[in-house]
Amino acid sequence: MPLGYLLRRLAVFLLIVWVAATVNFFIPRLSGADPVRERLLQMAAVGGTGTGTVEEVIKSYQAKFGLDKPLWQQYLFYLWDMARFDFGVSITRFPNSVSGMILDALPWTLVLVTIATLMAFAIGSLFGALVAWPRAPRFIHALAPPLLTLSAIPYYLLGLILVYFLAFTWRLFPLGGGYKVGSEPSWSWSFIQDAAYHSILPALSIILSGIGFWALSMRGMMITTQGEDYVTFAEAKGLRPRRIFLRYALRNAILPQTTALALALGHVVSGAVLVEIVFGYPGVGNLLYQAIRTFDYPIIYGVTFMVIVAIGLATLILDLLLPVLDPRITYQRS
Amino acid sequence: MIAMPARLERTQDRMGQVLRGLRTYPMLTAGLLLLLLVLLISLIGPLFVPREGVQVGSAPPDQRPSREYLLGTDTVGRQILAIIIYGTPLTLQIGLIAGAIGLGVGMVFGFVAGYYGGALDHLFRGAADVFLTVPGLLILVVIATTFKGAVSVMTQALVVSALAWMYPTRTIRSQVLSMRERGYVQLAKLSGMSGPEIIVRELMPNLLPYLAASFVSAVSAAILASIGLEALGLGPQNEPTLGMTIYWSLYYTSVLRNLWWWWAPPIVMIVIIFVGLFLISAGLDQVANPRLRRAA
Amino acid sequence: MSDTSLRMGQTRPEPAARPWEGAEIVLGVRDLRVSYYTPRGPVRAVNGVSFTLRRGEAFGLVGESGSGKSTIALSLLQLIKPPGRIEGGQALLDGKDILSLSEEEMRRLRLAEIALITQGAMNSLNPVMRIRDQIIDAWRDHGEPVNCREAEDRIRDLLRWVGLRPEVARMYPHELSGGMKQRAVIAIAISMRPKVIIADEPTSALDVVVQRQIMQTLRRIQRELGAAVILIGHDMGLMAQFVDRLGVMYAGKVVEVSPVRDIFKDPLHPYTQLLIASLPSLARKGQLQGIPGLPPSLLSPPPGCPFHPRCPFVMDRCRVAVPLLELKRPNRLVACHLYERDEEQA
Repeated sequence: MPLGYLLRRLAVFLLIVWVAATVNFFIPRLSGADPVRERLLQMAAVGGTGTGTVEEVIKSYQAKFGLDKPLWQQYLFYLWDMARFDFGVSITRFPNSVSGMILDALPWTLVLVTIATLMAFAIGSLFGALVAWPRAPRFIHALAPPLLTLSAIPYYLLGLILVYFLAFTWRLFPLGGGYKVGSEPSWSWSFIQDAAYHSILPALSIILSGIGFWALSMRGMMITTQGEDYVTFAEAKGLRPRRIFLRYALRNAILPQTTALALALGHVVSGAVLVEIVFGYPGVGNLLYQAIRTFDYPIIYGVTFMVIVAIGLATLILDLLLPVLDPRITYQRS
Repeated sequence: MIAMPARLERTQDRMGQVLRGLRTYPMLTAGLLLLLLVLLISLIGPLFVPREGVQVGSAPPDQRPSREYLLGTDTVGRQILAIIIYGTPLTLQIGLIAGAIGLGVGMVFGFVAGYYGGALDHLFRGAADVFLTVPGLLILVVIATTFKGAVSVMTQALVVSALAWMYPTRTIRSQVLSMRERGYVQLAKLSGMSGPEIIVRELMPNLLPYLAASFVSAVSAAILASIGLEALGLGPQNEPTLGMTIYWSLYYTSVLRNLWWWWAPPIVMIVIIFVGLFLISAGLDQVANPRLRRAA
Repeated sequence: MSDTSLRMGQTRPEPAARPWEGAEIVLGVRDLRVSYYTPRGPVRAVNGVSFTLRRGEAFGLVGESGSGKSTIALSLLQLIKPPGRIEGGQALLDGKDILSLSEEEMRRLRLAEIALITQGAMNSLNPVMRIRDQIIDAWRDHGEPVNCREAEDRIRDLLRWVGLRPEVARMYPHELSGGMKQRAVIAIAISMRPKVIIADEPTSALDVVVQRQIMQTLRRIQRELGAAVILIGHDMGLMAQFVDRLGVMYAGKVVEVSPVRDIFKDPLHPYTQLLIASLPSLARKGQLQGIPGLPPSLLSPPPGCPFHPRCPFVMDRCRVAVPLLELKRPNRLVACHLYERDEEQA
């Protein structure tokens, strides 16, 4: 893989992270007042049991962000903190560090979203390819309308429906949570089994509602690809239909589909965040939800930043995979 | 045979044309019908269902659907039927406003990037790509929590529109790019038309179906985003939009308490709206791009 | 086995001046009819086409775009897709009707006995596969051994035969020039020594110099292989140089078939005459410039001879009766009422 390509992709990744950090820095300051500070003062005003703690937080907060310094210095400080994943401390759960809380939640989200998205992508693309393939079995076409309708339902609303039927009414799956109440997260086999069991419904809602989306765009790609000369020539070569389907049509149609995956990740993660809330799943989505309800700003900003970094990384990985899938890329751009 | 009056004949002719158009584009037709259904519910519903129904405490809490409360009531004593009838237009309104802003900004960016190219193109396309990669919902969460306070339907629409411009920018840009080299654009350029003039007089009319399709998908994306924000509790707290209804039903754990009549109706409405918008945009794509027609 | 392995470096006898004359017929097409069913009605793209192909012969098919040339190519391999359909006719390959074969029987025949070099051959190679794998793929699905040294040797010989370096085997299509891609396509097409090679505008995207080189390669290989070639195109100059006999198509029908020399010297059908006359006069070479009027709509073809609305010699008969393709001169077939009059007078 040429170095230039690698460097360019890395630059895009850094750009995304920088944009995320900058948005996080400036949007709160656009409102005129600093929401974190206001929130802290508000808590202090309410007084009560935690007054001492609040003052401590304010002190550490002011020292940390240097609020007396000019804006550009604050910005540079801020960028430096972001680069070290230092998001300060939680307001409502002082003195827990935000990065620690995110680190606890992130693996749950990463595993759920990665597996569910890849499965939705794979199943959906294959299905879409078959729908566009004239020799596909009949039942494939009968499946298309219901799957497309499912894709019109946002992930988390589909999750709600699944919980109601599969968990609440028929009791096939747990109602929510990431693991059995009372058990402690560990790397034991039984815990992993339990966690997997709890994640089936959240994953299913992401997969079911994603399949239609991927199928639809894949179908479009396949129709275009089947009109290509190399598919006609492959038929003229007397290849078996299955080989033409897999190695000529599908293999080429999947390339733009992979680019689409990179672009859709943000959308997918947004949906997954809401799925976690419906299921009370212990990932960053739920962390964010709790933070929104208590206006715990450091957590909101921290989660936003970390998720964007994670998506940027995933996009980077996809970009680096693309030249492996498509031999033309490295040459075209160098 | 009695000859028909000329005017009637012409109207029938026109109707015939429309009917034929609808038959050629079944997806578009089905989508329009679905949205028409939604509009009818929100237009005719108020004639039969008084607005008090959306007030807290207007009815006993947690009532199953009955003759008196057709779709039941929620935990704080609001009537679900009234919420649907008065909330659906609010959600549509948010989507339409945000979609219009998104399309407007996207058109400016897309036309400028596609027509002038160069550094402007890099800037606008790059910005659109970066913001498409970023999970929009989280950015909106940051914005919405920062400007918390009394959110109205209008401010909700404005917040959502912050991320409604990228998709239109991308599609319009690529369409303009492909049209820029066509004969009639070149001709207009040679005849001394200015850039903005060419954009408005030559490009826009030809891109009309694409613009319409972009608008529809921008509306759809805006509704999705606003419902997502509202489900997190970041929406107009005092308005019965579909998303806020979902939020309250989650807040009061309606699923675990078997209050299905609370969460199911807003989901049904949302699905009808999304399926309708999807069909319309797919149908408009067919109008814009006849090659897809065969494959449909 | 020795039949399919490529014997390189073996000298072949110089071909006779007209090798096809008296040679057995390898492909006989009779009354081929193909229609496309559009929403506005069936389009008769190929409307009763007959011709024969002798072993070792190069046969050209010319006509304006839309005259049905490419449809013939696709239908001979049963590659017509809906909404198109082969309505009738026969194509006898060594006496066996290949249009009545089952899908699987036909598949085995493709490339092994009848190969197609598709139109737009520049894009005929799968962009994500190495050239070697695109050859191997075909062999694998025809039950040839592929995982052995012999297969590698065969690939190398094959590439050398079409004028490519052995390294090309490991390359991707985008690493090749247009001419090299075309040679690779030819290599695949001949990789199983077919009896018939159909080349549908094989050089349309190439510049003139490369065109000539490719055509010379194709001609040389055809002679060495002893295969018959159907060359489809609209470039009369190219036809003049490379084919033995030429068929002229108009509106889904063959209107004239003659040895290529005769057709340039003395075209019989009025359409052929106009075609020849419209060529740039310098050495009578070049692209078809087109002739006055438009080709007829294949949706609703005119009654009688399809060419009569544009024909300078149109007679009353032409408006009602369809002329048949018949032998009117030695070795020359033409479908025109003008020559019936000749006969009557004679």
